[in-house]
Amino acid sequence: MSIKLNALFSDSYVDISQYRDQHFKGNRYEQEKLLKQSCTLYVGNLSFYTTEEQVHELFSKSGDVKRIIIGLDKVKKTACGFCFVEYYTRADAENAMRFINGTRLDDRIIRTDWDAGFKEGRQFGRGKSGGQVRDEYRQDYDPARGGYGKLVQKS
Amino acid sequence: MSRRRHSDESDAGSQPHKRRRTSEPIEIEDRLESLICRVGEKSTSSLESNLEGLAGVLEADLPNYKNKILRILCAVARLLPEKLPVYTTLVGLLNARNYNFGGEFVEAMIRQLKETLKSNLYSEAVYLVRFLSDLVNCHVIAAPSMVAMFENFVSVTQEEDIPQVRSDWYVYAVLSSLPWVGKELYEKKDVEMDRLLNQIEGYLKRRQKTHVPMLQVWTAEKPHPQEEYLDCLWAQVQKLKKDRWQERHILRPYIAFDSVLCEALQHNLPPFTPPAHSDDAVYPMPHVVFRMFDYTDAPEGPVMPGSHSVERFVIEENLHCIIKSHWRERKTCAAQLLSYPGKNKIPLNYHIVEVIFGELFQLPGPPHIDVMYTALLIELCKLQPGSLPQVLAQATEMMYMRLDTMNTTCVDRLINWFSHHLSNFQFRWSWDDWADCLTQDIEKPKPKFVKEVLEKCMRLSYHQRIVDIVPPSFSALIPANPVCSYKYGEEADSSLPGFAMTTIVGNAIKNRASNEEILIVLKDVPNPNQDDDDDEGDGFNPLKIEVFLQTLLHLAAKSSSHSFSALAKFHEVLKTLTDSDEGKLHILRVLYDFWRNHPQMISVLVDKLIRTQIVDCAAVANWIFSPEMAHDFTRFYVWEILHSTIRKMNKHVQKIQKELDEAKVKLEKQQNKKQPDSGDEEDMEKNSEDEEGQLEEQIERLQEKVESAQSEQKNLFLVIFQRFIMLLTEHLVRCETSGVDINTTWYKNCIERLQQIFLMHHVIIQQYMGTLENLLFTAELDHHILTVYQQFCALQL
Repeated sequence: MSIKLNALFSDSYVDISQYRDQHFKGNRYEQEKLLKQSCTLYVGNLSFYTTEEQVHELFSKSGDVKRIIIGLDKVKKTACGFCFVEYYTRADAENAMRFINGTRLDDRIIRTDWDAGFKEGRQFGRGKSGGQVRDEYRQDYDPARGGYGKLVQKS
Repeated sequence: MSRRRHSDESDAGSQPHKRRRTSEPIEIEDRLESLICRVGEKSTSSLESNLEGLAGVLEADLPNYKNKILRILCAVARLLPEKLPVYTTLVGLLNARNYNFGGEFVEAMIRQLKETLKSNLYSEAVYLVRFLSDLVNCHVIAAPSMVAMFENFVSVTQEEDIPQVRSDWYVYAVLSSLPWVGKELYEKKDVEMDRLLNQIEGYLKRRQKTHVPMLQVWTAEKPHPQEEYLDCLWAQVQKLKKDRWQERHILRPYIAFDSVLCEALQHNLPPFTPPAHSDDAVYPMPHVVFRMFDYTDAPEGPVMPGSHSVERFVIEENLHCIIKSHWRERKTCAAQLLSYPGKNKIPLNYHIVEVIFGELFQLPGPPHIDVMYTALLIELCKLQPGSLPQVLAQATEMMYMRLDTMNTTCVDRLINWFSHHLSNFQFRWSWDDWADCLTQDIEKPKPKFVKEVLEKCMRLSYHQRIVDIVPPSFSALIPANPVCSYKYGEEADSSLPGFAMTTIVGNAIKNRASNEEILIVLKDVPNPNQDDDDDEGDGFNPLKIEVFLQTLLHLAAKSSSHSFSALAKFHEVLKTLTDSDEGKLHILRVLYDFWRNHPQMISVLVDKLIRTQIVDCAAVANWIFSPEMAHDFTRFYVWEILHSTIRKMNKHVQKIQKELDEAKVKLEKQQNKKQPDSGDEEDMEKNSEDEEGQLEEQIERLQEKVESAQSEQKNLFLVIFQRFIMLLTEHLVRCETSGVDINTTWYKNCIERLQQIFLMHHVIIQQYMGTLENLLFTAELDHHILTVYQQFCALQL
C-alpha cells in the first residue's frame, strides 16, 4: 500500500533551486545536504523600506518564526532589499516555499529560496557598492530599491 | 515492452515521452506509472481511444508486470478519486480481456480497504468503496455481492456501545456511493436496496445531533441552512431515488464500451465484515455542509444545481478531491480545478469559490493550512482574470452582509484571508460600499470586522498606507499609529514615582552595565507595596519592573530584533524581578502599557517572554482575563496571543514526550544488544550496564519532566476555562437580575471564544475531559455555558 505515485504528487515548490552560495564553507554536496534540511529561507526582491515587522506578519502565516535577519548594505548598514527568515520547523518553512514564495509583500513579488543557515557576515550585501549584486548592474529604475542600478548611477 | 510502442505514445500519452534507448525494468515500471496516472488528462485523442490503447498496453504487460500494475491501479483508486470513472472503466476493459486479473484486482482492493480502515484512513476508504461500487457499472463486480457488502456496512448501526461517528462512517460510505451505482443496484436488487435505505433512514432519525450548532459557520437558517452532512446527503439520495436514479453529471466512460463490458464475466465480492471497533480507532468528525451560493447568485450562464441535487454532491466531492490531491502545488491545483470535466454545464467559478471557502471555514479546522487557500485563490484569479475576481468580490460582499450571524472563529479566518488577499492587490476595494457599518456601534460585527481587517492590512504595510486607501469617513476604523508609549518621556510628569531612576537605569544600560550592576542600581527603587525595608527588597516590586522594563523597551523600540536582543541581554534581571506570579503578571501589564498601540509588538514580545521562561503560559492567560484587559477582550490580537500560548504549551509537552520515547527506544536497543554470556568481555558488559543505567536515569528524569509539563498544560486549560466560566456567569447573572437580554454583542463574542478554545485544541482537551467535567463543567453550571461543553462532547460520540 506504500506506493507513492511519484509521477503525480510532486512538491516542486519545495525543491532546492540552482543557486549555490559561492562563499559557502564546504563542498557542493555539504551545501545541498544543508539546503535539504534547512529551516531558513532567503527572501529576495524586498523593498528597502520593508520592515522586519512586515516580514514577520507575512511569514508567520506558515508557522512560528524563530528569527528574522534583515539584509544590510555593507557600507551604509541600512536595509538593502533581502532578509533571512528562520522557522522552528522544516515543515513550516516548506509551507512558506509553497504559499508565500511568489506572492506580494509591500506590493512587490518576493522570492524565497532555501538557505544553508545564517552565519555572521551573511547579512551584508555582496555588491561592490555595498548593496546586493543585482543592484549593481540593473538598468531599470526601481524607486523602492534606491532608484537606478549603481552602474547607471555612476555613469 | 510490447512492439506497439510508437502507437502507444500517441494513444495513451498526452505529453510526448522521451524515447528511451534502453528498456530497463525500473524505467518500464516508471513508464507504466506515468501512463496510468496521466490517462484522462487533456489529449489530442478521445478519452475512449486513450483508454482502449492503454488497456491494450497493460494487457500485453501483464505477464511480466502484473504486480506492479495491480499496485498502481490500487493506488490511483485510493489517491485519485476525482478520476474514479476513468480508472474503473480501465479496470473493466482489463477484466474483459483477462478475467483472472480482474479477480486479483478485486482481491487486492479488498485487502487495501481493510488496511486503510485499520490505519484510520477513512476518507481514502470511502474512495475505495466508491471505486468498488463503480466497478459494478463496469461489469467487474456482481451487483448482488455489492449489495451484500452494503448490508454488512449498514448492520454496523445495530452494534451496541460504539461511538456514533463509527456507524456514521459506514452509512456515509454506502450513501456516498449511490450516485455512482444506485441505478444499477436498484435494477438488480430493488427489494434489498429498499430495505437498506429504510434501515438507514431509521438510523438517521435516531442519531444524536447535539454537535451541529458548534460546527455551523452561520447561526442563521437563511438564506442557506447549514445542514449536517449526513442529513444533506440523505436528502440528495432521496431526491435521486425519486428521479429514478437518473443522474447526468458523472462522467461514465464505460457506457461507450458497453458492448465489450457486458460480455465480461463478473466477480463476487468476498463477504466483508467491517473490522470491529477498537479504542485506537479515530473516526472522521462530523461536519456541516457549507453553502453560500444558489441558482440566484450566478447571473448568467449555466444554472447552479440545487442544494439537494446529487449533482451538487458529486461536484463538491470532486472539487474537494482535486484540492486534496494538489494542495501542495497551487498552480497545478488551480489549473486542475478550472479544467473540471463538464465545466460548461455548471457555474464552475461559483462552485470552486464555495468549496474553497467551505474548507477554509470548516470547524474545528480546515483540512489544509489557511494560507494555502489564499495562495490558491490568487492563482485562480490569475488564470481567470475576467471572471473569478468578480465571483470572489461577490462572495466577500455576501459574507460581509452576513457577519452578524457568522461564527467568530470563521470571522477570524475571513479577516486573515481578506487582508492578506488585499495586500496582493494593492488594497483595492470599494470601501464606500460598506459605509453602512460607520453608523453602527463600533463593537458590532460589521464595523469590528472592517477595523480588524484594516489592522491586519496595516501589519502587512504601514499606517499611512491604510489612511490613504480608505475614504476619510472611515477614519474611526483606522488602527492607531503603532508607536510606543513611553511613560517616562520628555513630556512626562517628572513627579512620577521612579522618574529619576529611569534616567539612571537608562544611562547604565547605555554604558553596557551587566545584569548584576543593573540589579544593584535597581535596589534604590522604592517599593510602593511595602512600608518598611524588611529584607533586601527581593520581593515583588512593581515599580522596579516598571522603571526597568519601560526604560529598556524604550531604548530598544527601533525594531523587534532590538527588543529581542534587549530581553536576551537582561534575561537575568527580568527573571529576578518576575520571580513571583505577581511579578509575571506585572511584566505583561507594563509591556502592554508600553506597546498598547502596536498589538503586533505585544504579540511577538509575549512570545519571547514565554520562550525565554520569563513568564509562564498561565500568567499570560491570567493577564488576558484580567480586568485591565477587559476593554481589549474582544480584539482579535488578544485571542491570537492566547491560542499561540496554548500551542506553545502543547508543542513543549510533545517535545519532551518525543525525547522520552526516543530514550526508551534507545534503551530497548541497548538491552537487545546484550549477549547472553560472553565471559571474556567483562569490560564490555560493564560499559553496557553503565550505559543502561544512564539511560534508565535519563528516562526517569524525562518521565518526571513529561508529567510536570502535562500538569502545567492541564493547569493552563483549567485556568482558561475557569476564567471563562467566571466572566460568563457574571454576565448571565447581571442580565437576569436586571431583566436584560443576555444576547449582547459581547456575550456572543465571549461564548464563541469559549467554543473556539474547545475547537482549536480539541485533541489535547480530550485527555483532560474527566478533570474538566468533575471540576468545572458540572451540572450546577448555567445551562448556556454547559451547552457549549456538551456540544463539544457530542463531537466524539
